[in-house]
Amino acid sequence: MSDIQSRIGTPWKKPPFVQRAWLRWALLLGFVCYLIAAYLTIDVNWTRVYVGLERGKQFILAFTSPDFTSRSGDIWEGMLESIIMTIASSVVGIAISIPIALGAARNIAPLPVYLLCRSIIAISRALQEIIVAILLVAIFGFGPLAGFLTLSFATIGFLSKLLAEDIESMDRAQAEAIKASGSRWLQWINYGVQPQVMPRLIGLSIYRVDINFRESAILGLVGAGGIGATLNTAFDRYEYDTAAAILLIIILIVMSLEYISGIIRERVQ
Amino acid sequence: MLRLEKLVKTYKTGDQALKAVDLNVPEGQVMALIGPSGAGKSTLIRCINRLVEPTSGKVYLSNVELTGLSTGALRRERRRMGMIFQEYALIERLTVMENVLSGRLGYVGFWRSFLRKFPQSDIDEAFRLLDRVGLAHMADKRADELSGGQRQRVGICRALIQDPALLLVDEPTASLDPKTSRQIMRLICELCKERGLAAIINIHDVALAQMFVQRVIGLRFGAVEFDGLPEGLTPDVLTTIYGEEDWEATIEKVDDESAVA
Repeated sequence: MSDIQSRIGTPWKKPPFVQRAWLRWALLLGFVCYLIAAYLTIDVNWTRVYVGLERGKQFILAFTSPDFTSRSGDIWEGMLESIIMTIASSVVGIAISIPIALGAARNIAPLPVYLLCRSIIAISRALQEIIVAILLVAIFGFGPLAGFLTLSFATIGFLSKLLAEDIESMDRAQAEAIKASGSRWLQWINYGVQPQVMPRLIGLSIYRVDINFRESAILGLVGAGGIGATLNTAFDRYEYDTAAAILLIIILIVMSLEYISGIIRERVQ
Repeated sequence: MLRLEKLVKTYKTGDQALKAVDLNVPEGQVMALIGPSGAGKSTLIRCINRLVEPTSGKVYLSNVELTGLSTGALRRERRRMGMIFQEYALIERLTVMENVLSGRLGYVGFWRSFLRKFPQSDIDEAFRLLDRVGLAHMADKRADELSGGQRQRVGICRALIQDPALLLVDEPTASLDPKTSRQIMRLICELCKERGLAAIINIHDVALAQMFVQRVIGLRFGAVEFDGLPEGLTPDVLTTIYGEEDWEATIEKVDDESAVA
């Protein structure tokens, strides 16, 4: 090395991501200009905000005196409906997701099956829950059936995609070893693939139960049943104390689900 | 017993991994396959049980031609070829016993295997094999709790419980220490002798191969460069297989091998 002498004693810096200095500064300047321009387009009516603050304050204050009792019947009914929707849609959704995930993993499915399963996932992911719910409410009428179907459908897109990705990144050698023993396809999946993806499947399933419960609170707003419907009614009647009670219960349930999922995920490693 | 005729494998990228390999392995012969990385050793043994589909050529296992078999028939023939892997390829999250019994998957139906209700004869054989390799007390441990040498022993049991006629062994000692490597090689060769199995062993360690096998095949760029007795591996021969290097230290005879056991 001839130029090693000139290197000694000079500091070293990580080469910048954008090599050309003028381009680097232009991008930075452009970004700042964009931020300023974007800020200027936000049209805030400060008098409206001032009035709104009062309502906001009432809403938050309601949390200090949540009213669990006066609508306890409605809350209980809505909550039960939500929980049933959550469990049923999670079970059905996960059961349908597993075969679709197998089909959507490029390393185990032939191309036509792969494309079919990937398009099912794409459709499920492209349609937002609320839109699906509105459509299904239109078809099946108001009530938890529409909500249950919506959540099942949404679960498929979520779980199949993530599970398929886990299958695609599994250790090939383990699966190969099972194949080399002369196993059938299903045995190969059961021994070579399933043990590898089981922790992820369980983790994702619990997470999805969590999401489905939270979504079930939203879907009520478009008439798909559950605690959301009760919550919506409470807001419509300006019964912020009842709404606060409902929100507190939702927060409590989500937190306990989070806690349980933590314990289970630790166990299945 | 195993006969390869003009076996060719060309990968989609255009790399020719095997160039018309002819090979004949008689009953009960333990054979080492040596050669530099990328010479096609792994491809060769994977083309035999069709984990890799050969491009052309024929593979005969006891007069059954394998390359043209349907899925179901291939499955039945795979039962007769036990495979031992580099890095063990055990199912990490299953128990040692499940790993060994997975070698019987070709013989039992789906529901039996799914419910882990294997026939008593399989379970007995699994315990006998585990006892033979000194791991009977580990049967209910999870595979990822074992050390490297122990894992490879489980891998050997899994291959043997298939009741194979041929063992395909891919770099069995690649991630093991020198002592464990010898023990594993000795175990494989002893078991082959006990059961009269033929074996093809891919191996990087030339000295280790010389110590245990009856025949050595040298592969270079997908073609057989050397086929002969282990004693025939002279520095000149190694140079034709691997390229120029000082070979004296590699093929030095290890006389005190029994002392290591």
